[in-house]
Amino acid sequence: MSKHTLSVLVENKPGVLARVASLFSRRGFNIDSLAVGPTEHDDISRMTIVVSVEELPLEQVTKQLNKLVNVLKIVELDTAQSVQRELMLIKVRTDADSRSHVLELVNLFRARCVDVAPDAVTIEVTGTLDKLEAFVRVLEPYGIKELVQSGMVAVGRGARSITDRSLRALDRTA
Amino acid sequence: MTEQMTGAQALVRALEHLGVDTVFGIPGGTILPAYDPLYDSTKVRHVLVRHEQGAGHAAEGYAQATGKVGVCMATSGPGATNLVTAIADAYMDSVPIVAITGQVATPLIGTDAFQEADIAGITMPITKHNFLVTEAADIPRAIAEAFHIASTGRPGPVLVDIPKDVQQSTMTFSWPPVMQLPGYRPVTRPHSKQIREAARLIVESKRPVLYVGGGVHKAKASPELLRLAELTGIPVVTTLMARGTFPDSHRQHLGMPGMHGSVSAVGALQRSDLLIALGTRFDDRVTGELSSFAPNAKVIHADIDPAEISKNRHADVPIVGDCREVITDLIAAIEHEHADGRKGDYDEWWTLLDGYRTTYPLGYEEFADGSLAPQYVMERISAIVGPDAIYTAGVGQHQMWAAQFIGYENPGTFINSGGAGTMGFSVPAAMGAKMGRPDAVVWAIDGDGCFQMTNQELATCAIEGVPIKVAVINNGNLGMVRQWQTLFYNKRYSNTDLQTVRRIPDFVKLAEAYGCVGLRCERPEDVDATIRKAMEINDVPVVIDFVVHQDAMVWPMVAAGTSNDDIKYARDMAPKWEIED
Repeated sequence: MSKHTLSVLVENKPGVLARVASLFSRRGFNIDSLAVGPTEHDDISRMTIVVSVEELPLEQVTKQLNKLVNVLKIVELDTAQSVQRELMLIKVRTDADSRSHVLELVNLFRARCVDVAPDAVTIEVTGTLDKLEAFVRVLEPYGIKELVQSGMVAVGRGARSITDRSLRALDRTA
Repeated sequence: MTEQMTGAQALVRALEHLGVDTVFGIPGGTILPAYDPLYDSTKVRHVLVRHEQGAGHAAEGYAQATGKVGVCMATSGPGATNLVTAIADAYMDSVPIVAITGQVATPLIGTDAFQEADIAGITMPITKHNFLVTEAADIPRAIAEAFHIASTGRPGPVLVDIPKDVQQSTMTFSWPPVMQLPGYRPVTRPHSKQIREAARLIVESKRPVLYVGGGVHKAKASPELLRLAELTGIPVVTTLMARGTFPDSHRQHLGMPGMHGSVSAVGALQRSDLLIALGTRFDDRVTGELSSFAPNAKVIHADIDPAEISKNRHADVPIVGDCREVITDLIAAIEHEHADGRKGDYDEWWTLLDGYRTTYPLGYEEFADGSLAPQYVMERISAIVGPDAIYTAGVGQHQMWAAQFIGYENPGTFINSGGAGTMGFSVPAAMGAKMGRPDAVVWAIDGDGCFQMTNQELATCAIEGVPIKVAVINNGNLGMVRQWQTLFYNKRYSNTDLQTVRRIPDFVKLAEAYGCVGLRCERPEDVDATIRKAMEINDVPVVIDFVVHQDAMVWPMVAAGTSNDDIKYARDMAPKWEIED
């Protein structure tokens, strides 16, 4: 199965996340990651959904999503033609001896240290899933106390925007 | 023009503006504010049913008989959950209904208040859309949007949940409201390139079949279908949801395909080189084992719902659009092909199909002990009542016999529970159909199992003056389940014997208790007289207890999960395809 990244523009209304999430489970599709948040337009939220499915089931899930009344637009983002990022916060065990080693790794991965305690540091890192996984691997020997990760967000490269036309549709009904 | 009023008044006013004349429902705590102005409405007739499931199925029957949106209403909690089966049924069969439910007051939502149920959450996967209205000012727009969504594109059920305090608070009413549905844009115009490609395949094919589903009637495209069929000479099969969409008496009609379809219809699909699938969804009850379904056929698939196309079977020519527009455009494109001298020649195909038709006609077993064959009852109802009546059915053997042995000539005259297969659909659906079409004769064909699930609506029919006829095909068993036990479970009849032959309940007395006329018929020689007697009674509902043989089975049959090629036209009797090939 291959991974696909869907950008879904939805009306910013209560219950929309539940509709989208329950559609995936009802039709038997697993969501690898889902991120939702506001966009440049108050009435539109954007979901980035990563699913592992074959081409045909993906077509079916896209069509089913399109049938949801609150869904405005669905675009599949090609990995090569888009910027894809996840954010991770990692709490790593450190002491006076190991702290500088850990901070060196933080610099190498262009991560940031966001909290320091006598026996731990918390690190913020963004990037593709591959980068985050690599970062976790190098930190593991020190002892990872806690890890939290966002869903992926993604945007297409170049000047084009996927929200323009949906905005016009919204304006027509307003 | 604007006016101050309560949310509840606005709800009733909106229904009036939308032309609603009938609402089926039961009041209760949280919907009480709406029932007060409803009491004053001179335009909307509220029909007090006996169970909310009856309200839902009645709304479905009304919708299918009239082509308008059916409306049902219930209170929060159990009132709303009792609608769920009917909503699911409407979703599966694409029936336009709007369900309006009361909800606990907004401050109480989420507190497990008395009679609270998250009905919007519960019905999310079985509605086309639903609303929880949180401001009285939004009520007219929500109702208008609900009706618009239910009745356009692929029709379906929409639920509007309105908390009690929202019904009670005041708002400023104006009509029409501005709908805000930027994400709802059903495509109805087919793509001309696809139409041309479809026409090309049709004239080049040797063994085409028009595989017609419920969407054709929903698009009101029966006249266009008839023209297309006669223009091309292509054989037609009508699915369970499409019975009546093409006249049964027409020479080109091969009958119903599927698990209990005719040998000629099933054989035509299996041997076809081109399926012209119109408003149909390749349901498993039609295709049988999908991998061996119509193995040599290319597929033209037209449907208003893009998600149905290539869902189960890959479409070589996908056409998204309203079936009436699709068929109209197809006719023009095919006429163009004909004008250029390209015309399909299906003579050999018809020779093969006529062979199937004459060798394997629909038939049934008659019993030596003189007891009634249910199929005979259907044949006689069909002959005496005729094709202008509306017939309803629930699910099971009686439904299949009604589909097979009643002759349908007019679209929308067979209303049954197809996709969901809901027991108990027949009586309330007949009630709704009769209220929508008071001038039509309406027969509910029912089984003794189904009938016991919703016969309480006979009280509604008797009191509201809805003189339906109910033919209970009483074999004393959950007949279809028993048939499967006979065939696949070694005749181990686990929990299928309803013992209604012991007259528990006595359906004649039950009918009388409900203020209806009860008749009983147990012998073939009495069938005609009983049906005629029922036809003469037009002031109250009539229930006929047709006591039939319990071993009658539905044939032909494709066992679940097996190939259509393995159809049996009677027990252990398989048609010989290869001889005709």
